[in-house]
Amino acid sequence: MNATNPEWYLILAAVLFTIGAVGVLIRRNAIVLFMCIELMLNAANLALVTFSRINGNLDGQIMAFFVMVVAAAEVVVGLAIIMSIFRTRRSASVDEANLLKY
Amino acid sequence: MHETVEYAAADGFLSTVWLLVAIPLASAAILLLLGKRADKWGHWLGVGSIAVSFVLGLAYFFQLRGLDNKSVELTLFDYIQVGSLHVDFGLLFDPLSAVFVLLITGVGSLIHLYAVGYMDHDPGRRKFFAYFNLFAAAMLLLVLGNNFVMLYFGWEGVGLASYLLIAFWYERPAAATAGKKAFLMNRVGDAGFAIAIFLMFQQLGSVNYADVFNGVGSLSSGVVLVMGLLLLLGATGKSGQFPLQAWLPDAMEGPTPVSALIHAATMVTAGVYLIARSNPIFSANLTLQTVVVSVGALTLLIGAIIGCAKDDIKRVLAWSTVSQIGYMFLGVGLGGGAYALAIIHLLAHGFFKAGLFLGAGSVMHGMNDQTDIRRFGGLWRYMRVTWATFGLAWLAIIGIPPLSGYFTKEPIIAAAFERDGWTAWLFGMAALLGAAITAFYMTRLFVLTFHGPKRWTEDIEHPHESPAIMTAPLVLLAVGSVAAGWLMSTSVVDWLTPVLGDHSGEEAHGVISHGLITALSIVVTVLGAGLGYALYRGGTAMQEQPAGPIVTAARRNLYADAFNEAVFEKPGIFLTRALVFLDNRGIDGLVNGLAAAVGGGSSRLRRLQTGFVRSYAMSMLTGALLVVAAFLALQLGWLA
Repeated sequence: MNATNPEWYLILAAVLFTIGAVGVLIRRNAIVLFMCIELMLNAANLALVTFSRINGNLDGQIMAFFVMVVAAAEVVVGLAIIMSIFRTRRSASVDEANLLKY
Repeated sequence: MHETVEYAAADGFLSTVWLLVAIPLASAAILLLLGKRADKWGHWLGVGSIAVSFVLGLAYFFQLRGLDNKSVELTLFDYIQVGSLHVDFGLLFDPLSAVFVLLITGVGSLIHLYAVGYMDHDPGRRKFFAYFNLFAAAMLLLVLGNNFVMLYFGWEGVGLASYLLIAFWYERPAAATAGKKAFLMNRVGDAGFAIAIFLMFQQLGSVNYADVFNGVGSLSSGVVLVMGLLLLLGATGKSGQFPLQAWLPDAMEGPTPVSALIHAATMVTAGVYLIARSNPIFSANLTLQTVVVSVGALTLLIGAIIGCAKDDIKRVLAWSTVSQIGYMFLGVGLGGGAYALAIIHLLAHGFFKAGLFLGAGSVMHGMNDQTDIRRFGGLWRYMRVTWATFGLAWLAIIGIPPLSGYFTKEPIIAAAFERDGWTAWLFGMAALLGAAITAFYMTRLFVLTFHGPKRWTEDIEHPHESPAIMTAPLVLLAVGSVAAGWLMSTSVVDWLTPVLGDHSGEEAHGVISHGLITALSIVVTVLGAGLGYALYRGGTAMQEQPAGPIVTAARRNLYADAFNEAVFEKPGIFLTRALVFLDNRGIDGLVNGLAAAVGGGSSRLRRLQTGFVRSYAMSMLTGALLVVAAFLALQLGWLA
């Protein structure tokens, strides 16, 4: 079975995205949250690449590169924020950083 | 019908007639602007400006006598120009204006002079003269305007001056209240006058005297009636006539020269001037004339009856003014030849009533500002000049021949008897009865003040005559009261013919003969005066009076004040309170409620901002899912 059905990749992407989304919703550690976001981004990348394959053009792959660039930039900024929060509060729990509210 | 009204343009010396208004106005401005710096000499400037106006007025008068058409018009500048409304700042100098100018400046000069002495000890004397000059300027503008808007301008000007001067001693609550009362009651009349001017413009497209008087013939009688009634409302307000008479007696809270000049001799006669000036309108409608006559007859009786029951020297004179102006209204309402009779009564009244008020001021001056006639008595020995001049003015007002009141009041009574049918009896008898009551209360006033036993309060040891600066005007006014009537009844009536129409050839048909009326009026006058003398020469007034229902009613101004309070004031206050309630609870409630709803809603909505990242993530996810679901539904629906 050389020619794998591309729909399996889509299902994998959906599973990965769901894992990431649930992780964001239920975890409190900022680092874990961050990894879950990366998981969702990469699930989206996988779906894009799969669509590229199904449609036989490069649009999806190009989009995937853009997502990677944005994700890299976001990681840089995000980790810096998490670092500074940790330095001041000695904790990386997102529930404790809750001053910006009503 | 009336012939066409037209006025010639002024040229030469008469084109400077505006100086009459400008000089007192400039003096008022100087006195008000210079403030305390003018305190030392301000009163002389005030007297001087009005005296100069008088001299000028005399010069203009003699100039006018030399002209053929006896009237000149002068346009100074465009005053209002909006759409088709065009109002000039225009003046008209004609026989009617001329006699008023001479009355205002002549009597005005004497009263100004008197006020120098009367206000000698008052720290506000400069301000007083500034207001007095302002009044003179406004009054002169009132009689000199050549259109109704100018008349209204002056009308409001004298109203302002009247308010300022009634409330001149504003630190006294009674004076402040009286000023407000006068101002407010005048507003009622002024509103009517203003609407009448609007009506003129709407119907005739102009407010000039010439255009309005020439156009009256083309109007329907209903419009003329409404216009006349509105003008009459204005006139009753300014002249203290029924139903707006209640402010005038209270106006006596002002200084006595003010009462003499504004509330006796000049301003309160502005209503008579208005009706005489508008004679083409009033002559055009019989119903209108009947209303004016009724107002006059009713008011002359009201004033006379209340005058009998008052004990304050100035208030008796004030009600007497109301009553005498009632005679003038009776005259202008009768129309025809009686217009001129009303004007000569007005002029004669200007002299003797000013004399009476100034005499009253002189008495008060010598008696520590006492105004209660029950506290006078026997003063003739101490104030000979005041006594003599007051006495002459008293004989003049009650109409003893050959003093002025006889020549001017008796013809009005006779004219009332010349109406048609039963109204001749009604109004004639009212006028005759008024004359009798006038004689009674004026005699009571005179006898209680100057004769009989002394009933002074303890603090007065030796009453003194006023200084010469106050007695000189008294003497001049007394001379006027004596001489003016005979002079005026012959010449002034002819002089006024160009304005008020020529009625000399008309045969008078009274229900009783003129000779009998003359005899009757003298008899009732003597009877009234005799009764007054008999009742009050003993000074019995200090004893408790038998206060029957009529006396009580008269002491309370025939319940006019109570009526106004019950019918207008109380419901007015209730309405105001209701509106305040509606505003606070209704309109403010609506606005405040809306704001509170938005505020409350937002503070609840704010709770969504929990500060937990996961809840934000949840809402983002839900949103994303909804978007996806919507796309899917569209896609599938489209496929299906």
